[in-house]
Amino acid sequence: MNSAASDTFGRARFGDADDIPQHTLKILVAGGFGVGKTTFVGVVSEVRPLRTEETLTDASTGVDDLDGVEGKVTTTVAMDFGRLTFSGGVRLYLFGTPGQERFWFMWDQIAYGAVGAIVLVDTRRLSTSFASIDFFEQREIPFVVAANVFDGARRYTVEEIRGALDVDPEVPVLLCDVRRPDVARGVLVTLVEHALRSSGPR
Amino acid sequence: MDAPKERWVGRDAGPVVRPYAMTRGRTRPRGAAIDLVTILVATGQQPGDRVWLSREQRRLLELCRQPSTPADLASETDLPFQVVQILLADLHQYGLIEEMRQSEEPDRPDPRILMRVLDELRRL
Repeated sequence: MNSAASDTFGRARFGDADDIPQHTLKILVAGGFGVGKTTFVGVVSEVRPLRTEETLTDASTGVDDLDGVEGKVTTTVAMDFGRLTFSGGVRLYLFGTPGQERFWFMWDQIAYGAVGAIVLVDTRRLSTSFASIDFFEQREIPFVVAANVFDGARRYTVEEIRGALDVDPEVPVLLCDVRRPDVARGVLVTLVEHALRSSGPR
Repeated sequence: MDAPKERWVGRDAGPVVRPYAMTRGRTRPRGAAIDLVTILVATGQQPGDRVWLSREQRRLLELCRQPSTPADLASETDLPFQVVQILLADLHQYGLIEEMRQSEEPDRPDPRILMRVLDELRRL
């Protein structure tokens, strides 16, 4: 359906088996430390979620407080990776990346051609998600905000969170417990619906 | 082929072979980085005498006999994404692997594919 190339490559050479990737999609899962990215990716992924330590160089220039550690040129960052397989060789990949600005060069790579992003927020620390939201707004990448409801956290309404984050009215904002697989999948559904709505004029 | 064995001399020291030793110290690929979800497949060409491949590259090439993505290959080999991207970029430059084209517009997902995903997600 896509192009002659995918037919000659994909089907003629490898058959139409679902276990052969033919179309790949990316979703970013963004959010600050401890907000539930690893949990979210793990809950929706069909493969054992991978957590890699990426060694980064020149990543923190001008961002980290380097006083006293000027010699530090590398830093490590944990990336979460998960995957869902659909019929027809469609694979959806999830990448959980840290929210700090110093990792944005990596986000740019992952965000290229992505379906969109899920910004996980902790209602006790909303300000830690401002940078992620700015990132996706500036690049016109569709995103949804999922406020992970932690035990003991004061409950806010969706409207209160929307107001505090100052996101556009069309951006979906959800309150959820991402430990529940059905809930986490619902967040994915909301994002894909939102991406389809915004794909027209993009 | 087994994944590279790590030798540990102590918990704080970490593995003896640091990941970037496998890339011979390089932290960036030659040329543009291959996207983590690009579908790659072995071309079937032989490396030839003038090309030296590391153990990890031979393993990646072997895995690419079935179409795969850098993200899946990283998962399979337990290597960091960036290390895999650098090693794959070498294989690509040697003409040993190639990209499978998916869409006319690589910068945005195909809405028809998204519709299919949505249908199946809702049914899960």
